[in-house]
Amino acid sequence: MPKITFIEHNGTPHTVDIAVGKSVMQAAVENNVPGIDADCGGECACATCHVYVDAAWIEKTGLPAPGSQEASMLSFAAVTQPDSRLSCQIPVTEALDGLVVRMPEGQH
Amino acid sequence: MAETSDRIVIAGAGHAGGSVAAMLRQLGWKTGITLVGEEPLPPYQRPPLSKAWLTGEADAESLALRPLGFYNDADIELKLGVRVTKIEPREHRVTFSDGDTMHYAHLILATGSRARRIPLPGIDLANVLELRTAADADKLKHVLKPGARLAVVGGGYIGLEAAASARALGAEATIIELAPRVLARVACEILSNFFQDFHRSQGVTIELNAGVAALEGAGGAVAGVRLADGRLIPCDAALIGVGGVPNEELALEAGIACDGGILVDLAARTSDPAIFAIGDCTRRPLPLYNNRTMRLESVPNALEQAKQAASAICGRPPPVPEIPWFWSDQYDLRLQIVGIPFDATEIVVRGDIAAGKFALFHLAADGTVQAVEAVNASTEFMGGRRIIQRRRQLTAARIADMNVTMQELAS
Repeated sequence: MPKITFIEHNGTPHTVDIAVGKSVMQAAVENNVPGIDADCGGECACATCHVYVDAAWIEKTGLPAPGSQEASMLSFAAVTQPDSRLSCQIPVTEALDGLVVRMPEGQH
Repeated sequence: MAETSDRIVIAGAGHAGGSVAAMLRQLGWKTGITLVGEEPLPPYQRPPLSKAWLTGEADAESLALRPLGFYNDADIELKLGVRVTKIEPREHRVTFSDGDTMHYAHLILATGSRARRIPLPGIDLANVLELRTAADADKLKHVLKPGARLAVVGGGYIGLEAAASARALGAEATIIELAPRVLARVACEILSNFFQDFHRSQGVTIELNAGVAALEGAGGAVAGVRLADGRLIPCDAALIGVGGVPNEELALEAGIACDGGILVDLAARTSDPAIFAIGDCTRRPLPLYNNRTMRLESVPNALEQAKQAASAICGRPPPVPEIPWFWSDQYDLRLQIVGIPFDATEIVVRGDIAAGKFALFHLAADGTVQAVEAVNASTEFMGGRRIIQRRRQLTAARIADMNVTMQELAS
């Protein structure tokens, strides 16, 4: 199973296993990683699973397409950066084994 | 003298109860947590029951809030098929429906709400349904076959979402609403009209100003809804969706202050300092609206109050206050609402209602934005949330001008 590392805003890392086909958001929720609220359960409706993708991984995860639902939701999420993604919109693949994402200070 | 305990008992294993258990572990609560749920399932998400789950786009496993192994790994004791039947606040003790008792250091009431039942003739006929639990949704899914006729009593979110899902499954749907418009309690007239038109364009029949006199049966199952004006709406199943009632009886019997919901403060604490309450069963203050109190039946509210309670219990700073928000998916429409238009005096349309992509901004007399209702307009929803949080005052002309971007409106 691919491993994903979440780094809390305070620097605390959490490395978890997650099955291929689930989302990066689910990897956090299933392992009780703090800092991912996921209010809407993965519907891309709330922007509370916001993460920053580590620079080394941005090519593999990609960025939200301009004009997409994810891009709209991110437009006013808390403290967005060029490497911002909604983790519910990143499907886990073997190619993402080792992915590192960082959490913003808050989700609201 | 109460027997001392270092255990947290959570009464109710819905979205609120399941979330607060997980958050307590996140915030470092080390000793016992017991999560008590009346349903046979561990905590699951209810919103998809009228949407993606009903139409078959989401499976049962995807409903679970956490994988089953989580509760074991996190040392959270799950007591399912059981409810708390009595609280003795002085003894810090609860009694369960199976006769057991347990002492607590803190008790969290997450008892939720139940579907409002109307005392109609025929209400006990087979295929007269409500939609609250996974078991309810199973029954509804079973009857929603192509060509089946669903009568929906109540034009609220549950009713509209169920009607949309029925159409997606090839069933017929009639919505019967007592008020002159659907969503009368929860949305403005412009939005009601938009949703009525859209549902009708999708083949749903909508009866407004329509009281129900009785449910009529054949062979023990419902066969039609008799309206107050005498007409019969024939159906194979009737879904009653006329609002929710807070499950506050347990709290009332224990002497905890309630007023159409268990009264809590911004730490989700009840009138008993050792007892918290979260989610649909509460009436809570809204700090961004002069601390008016309200019952908010929504997942975001359940999660916010779960955070408040867990933070207070673990001695952490309180979470940042959130603006209430709600969402609904019907057909390919995504409705997102942020804020509550308590004192709004003006509604400004931004976007194109006919094209199904617009937002309604509700302004108070001083131009402060109080709420935004957005249909397929997530940028307006997210920008609206920021505008409300920052108490921005805007003019109607600027909001309606699509040449002014949301970034500019929110800056």
